[in-house]
Amino acid sequence: MTYVIAGSCIKDDSCVEVCPVDCIHPKPGAPDFETAEQLYIDPDECIDCDACVEACPVDAIFPDFDVPEKFAYALELNAEFFAEASTADRTRTAA
Amino acid sequence: MTARVAIVGAGPAGAFAADRLLRARGDVEIDLFERLPTPWGLLRAGVAPDHQEIKRLDETFDEQTLRRGCRFFGNVEVGVDITHQDLMSHYSAVIYATGAQTDKSLGIPGEDLPGSRPATEFVAWYNGHPDYRDLEFDLSARRAVVIGNGNVAADVTRMLTLSPDELARTDVADHALDVLRQSRVEEVVVLGRRGPAQAAFTSAELRELGRMDGVDLRVDPAEVELDPLSARWLDEDGTFTARKNVELLREFAAREPRAEAPRTIVLRFLRSPVEIRGEGRVEAIDIRRNEIVRADDGTLRPRPVDDDLETIECGLVLRSVGYRAVPLPGVPFDERSFILPNDRGRVLTPDGKPLPGVYAVGWIKRGPTGILGTNKRDAEETVTRLAEDLAAGACPAPPNRGRAQIDALLADRQSDLVTVDAWRAIDARELEAGLQQERPRVKLASREELLAAAAGAGT
Repeated sequence: MTYVIAGSCIKDDSCVEVCPVDCIHPKPGAPDFETAEQLYIDPDECIDCDACVEACPVDAIFPDFDVPEKFAYALELNAEFFAEASTADRTRTAA
Repeated sequence: MTARVAIVGAGPAGAFAADRLLRARGDVEIDLFERLPTPWGLLRAGVAPDHQEIKRLDETFDEQTLRRGCRFFGNVEVGVDITHQDLMSHYSAVIYATGAQTDKSLGIPGEDLPGSRPATEFVAWYNGHPDYRDLEFDLSARRAVVIGNGNVAADVTRMLTLSPDELARTDVADHALDVLRQSRVEEVVVLGRRGPAQAAFTSAELRELGRMDGVDLRVDPAEVELDPLSARWLDEDGTFTARKNVELLREFAAREPRAEAPRTIVLRFLRSPVEIRGEGRVEAIDIRRNEIVRADDGTLRPRPVDDDLETIECGLVLRSVGYRAVPLPGVPFDERSFILPNDRGRVLTPDGKPLPGVYAVGWIKRGPTGILGTNKRDAEETVTRLAEDLAAGACPAPPNRGRAQIDALLADRQSDLVTVDAWRAIDARELEAGLQQERPRVKLASREELLAAAAGAGT
């Protein structure tokens, strides 16, 4: 499984600080950080540890099996961000 | 000697600054000044009532500031009740976090006709900001026009088209709920002067507009076709959000109309308002078609195609083209950028030198950009400078450095001071009323009610 970040993310980077495997992007300082509307979790890297859920001040992070209906799109969106990022080499090199 | 710091403005930027400062220097004493009786600024008075999950950030702000010993001085306006000089003579440093309190204007005829208002005033009104509760919004005409393509435009569009029953489950101000329940608005037209690729909505806000109950979202397929410049930009330099927005808009344009939906949102692109017209009040708006051209600085900009006008009849125009900061008495102001002139948060004198002990954070520092979390990094930057200056002894020692002295001054200047305990009494009253009505909270939306609840604290 993986955790996913919904569109209610406020880009407070508390989740990035606590993620033990660095799977939340873009990170502060990365070239696409300022223009990103939210942060995303890489489903291939996430180890389901729950640390980000605890850290998020607006409860914007959900386990993939428990995403509220109104945020259902987020699962695909998080994965898509990384699929694009790996082709365009957008995010992780600078992070 | 413990350094004492005043933060002016208890919105998100001020709250993040207090938090970062306490992390950087556990030994500072912080007093948070706020002109309203309530803290958290636009989190309370800006974030839309149907986005309650975001408003939950107030718990974090509370834990990280007030519960860690920051004092709250609400209902005190710097520049009115006390001056900048008063603060400088009681604190080692002052951080301005006053935000951007007014709106940009369009500069077109009819802009100030009754029925045409800044969207920010509508936002403050439905969110129970006490300075805006007496505004009147006439929702008796069936069409409203929203000018702008950012998230404030999306918020007000949703508020005009949400069903009253959905609204009634939020913390929307009661006076606004009463008016919105009587609303006859059936259609909201949203005008963007540039194209779909340049829309400033987040894809989350755009997606939300497309999935509202009882709302038919219409986009003309011809208006989402990208011109060659925008198509190339999107392909080569477009952000993830811009690509998602275009994808969503194409999807919306391809949908079958939902004739049974009681309300309609129409997103228009490449359209600029030219004039707002009406006899004594708004009756129509004239718009003109734009095309996208590359400006000298390389950016893609709108340019009128011809002089042909299209008229949209409407009874309400909400203008959402950005916030703007206002100067603060006694502090330098950059009249061109509408910010406090600053170097990474250190406020500068007109000749570019740091003004000792004066700092800025948030929109008054960087302009009205970014989202809530942006203020955290912004606060980090300002606080780093302040901590350096405190360590280097670069902040002037104030003549009145004790808590008792500022307390005495405030007692003298503002008899209705709202302290932390008084704010907690307001908060408890609102939450309790919310519990009874199965709503997140029921806001007290006038200064009288707020101060009466505050007085219940016995302080």
